[in-house]
Amino acid sequence: MLVLIGILIIIAGFLLRFNPLLVIMASALATGLAAGLDIAAIIAAFGKAFNDTRYVSIVWIVLPVIGLLEAYGLQQHARTLVGRMKGATLGRLLTSYLLLRQAMAAVGLTSVAGHPQTVRPLVAPMAEAAAEAKNDALTDDQREEVKAFSAATDNVGLFFGEDIFLAIGSILLMKGLLEGYGYVIEPLHFSLWAIPTAIAAFLIHGLRLRRLEKRMMKPEASA
Amino acid sequence: MITLGFVYVLAGLTFALFAALGVADRSNPKRFGNAAFWGLLALSMLGGDWLGDLGNGLLVLALVAIAGTGQIGRAPSDEVPAEIQAERAERHGPFLLLVALIIPAVALAGTFLFKWVPGLADPKQATLISLALGVLIALAVGMARLEPPLLLPAQQGRRLLDAVGWAAILPQMLASLGAVFALAGVGEVVGDLIGAAIPHGSLFGAVLAYGLGMAFFTMVMGNAFAAFPVMLAAIGMPLLIMQYEGDPAVVAAIGMLAGFCGTLMTPMAANFNLVPAALLELKNPYGVIKAQIGTALPLLAVNIVFIWLFAF
Repeated sequence: MLVLIGILIIIAGFLLRFNPLLVIMASALATGLAAGLDIAAIIAAFGKAFNDTRYVSIVWIVLPVIGLLEAYGLQQHARTLVGRMKGATLGRLLTSYLLLRQAMAAVGLTSVAGHPQTVRPLVAPMAEAAAEAKNDALTDDQREEVKAFSAATDNVGLFFGEDIFLAIGSILLMKGLLEGYGYVIEPLHFSLWAIPTAIAAFLIHGLRLRRLEKRMMKPEASA
Repeated sequence: MITLGFVYVLAGLTFALFAALGVADRSNPKRFGNAAFWGLLALSMLGGDWLGDLGNGLLVLALVAIAGTGQIGRAPSDEVPAEIQAERAERHGPFLLLVALIIPAVALAGTFLFKWVPGLADPKQATLISLALGVLIALAVGMARLEPPLLLPAQQGRRLLDAVGWAAILPQMLASLGAVFALAGVGEVVGDLIGAAIPHGSLFGAVLAYGLGMAFFTMVMGNAFAAFPVMLAAIGMPLLIMQYEGDPAVVAAIGMLAGFCGTLMTPMAANFNLVPAALLELKNPYGVIKAQIGTALPLLAVNIVFIWLFAF
């Protein structure tokens, strides 16, 4: 029971808005101590895991390219392009991106798009331009919501597309665990059962994008 | 053969360059903190395999100390003025778009190439290696045509990374915390608690507890992978699969997706929820989560109903 103290520290730390890096370290130390490990062993275990998961942080190598392109006006160009496309409304634009992201993830191409690679330089400015085209008095809060939905659309597309791919980590995890209980299941079965949810995710999020578009068409209510 | 080691060297050199440029930036009142932070991260990328476990742990403690005492800041924005960007966009627009698409295109092509032609690169890491190659090609093409000052990409890249700040390593930190939780047996304890709390004798009650448990525990751990083994052991296997004879493929596959709904709603999944908010410079760090809750909750309900309909 005592090892649950780490979870409490995490929840309290995030709610009280302490620096999350401090909260994580405190949680790791408290959990390790509660499990009877000594401090040096906890720090070493954390260090080993940190070193093993460095691949998580290598995505930042795209920033010099994005920085170069943005300095030469990539975001402006993305906006201009949307302005030229007559049918490019906010809802249609983000729904197309949702479908594209789901389809790419479903064939295993998860790292092809993402927040630094595509959302910041292309999707968010395009979405903003599409919203501006219908409402020339877009408020800062509305702009913020359009950008937040651009990022949200990337996440929904990725999460509910990737499990259709056979060789994704989560499918291998499910297969391995069930085999441990004596159930041998082909990866294809997991993939197929991810399809109904993928369709539901597209419908639900697509509907919300349509409503977002309607909300962005008129000036924000004063409430 | 190209391995992930090549990508780590590239990342290490990039962070080292950010650190060197950062320490020279007198307009940033916290330049030494920033330089130390990115410098330590460069050391981790370049030399992590030689530091030993305790050495890496001490490196992490130093990173946390720098960020936790507020030593990271950013210079007043030296973004290229909007008029100049707009004027440049007139001239270079289509070319910029082309270069931006080089990165995903190379990542795509490389992923297939490295799987079909063995020996070129580690096939298990094909996409990450291709992504790094895409960055190098895009940078070379962009530099050749635009002829910017040599250090401009690094300076602008540093500006973007300083805007993200310490949140840049939050995903890696949370992944490491997961390893400590596993070592301490947190999952088993939570599994026992949930297993004891669910109502007996009701199939739908068990399905509901399984789906909600997956989402909730994923929110706590930030990761459905960490929640899945626990919930499978606590409810999925003993009740849904063995007692009620549900289809194990459905219980596992859709249960995992119920967990993904939790991922959409938690700050613990920092790389999906908090980092993009920083990268898009949103005022509300939880803005992305706010936008996702309206999709995650109905989809969670749909997943629970799907398990109930399809597994039994």
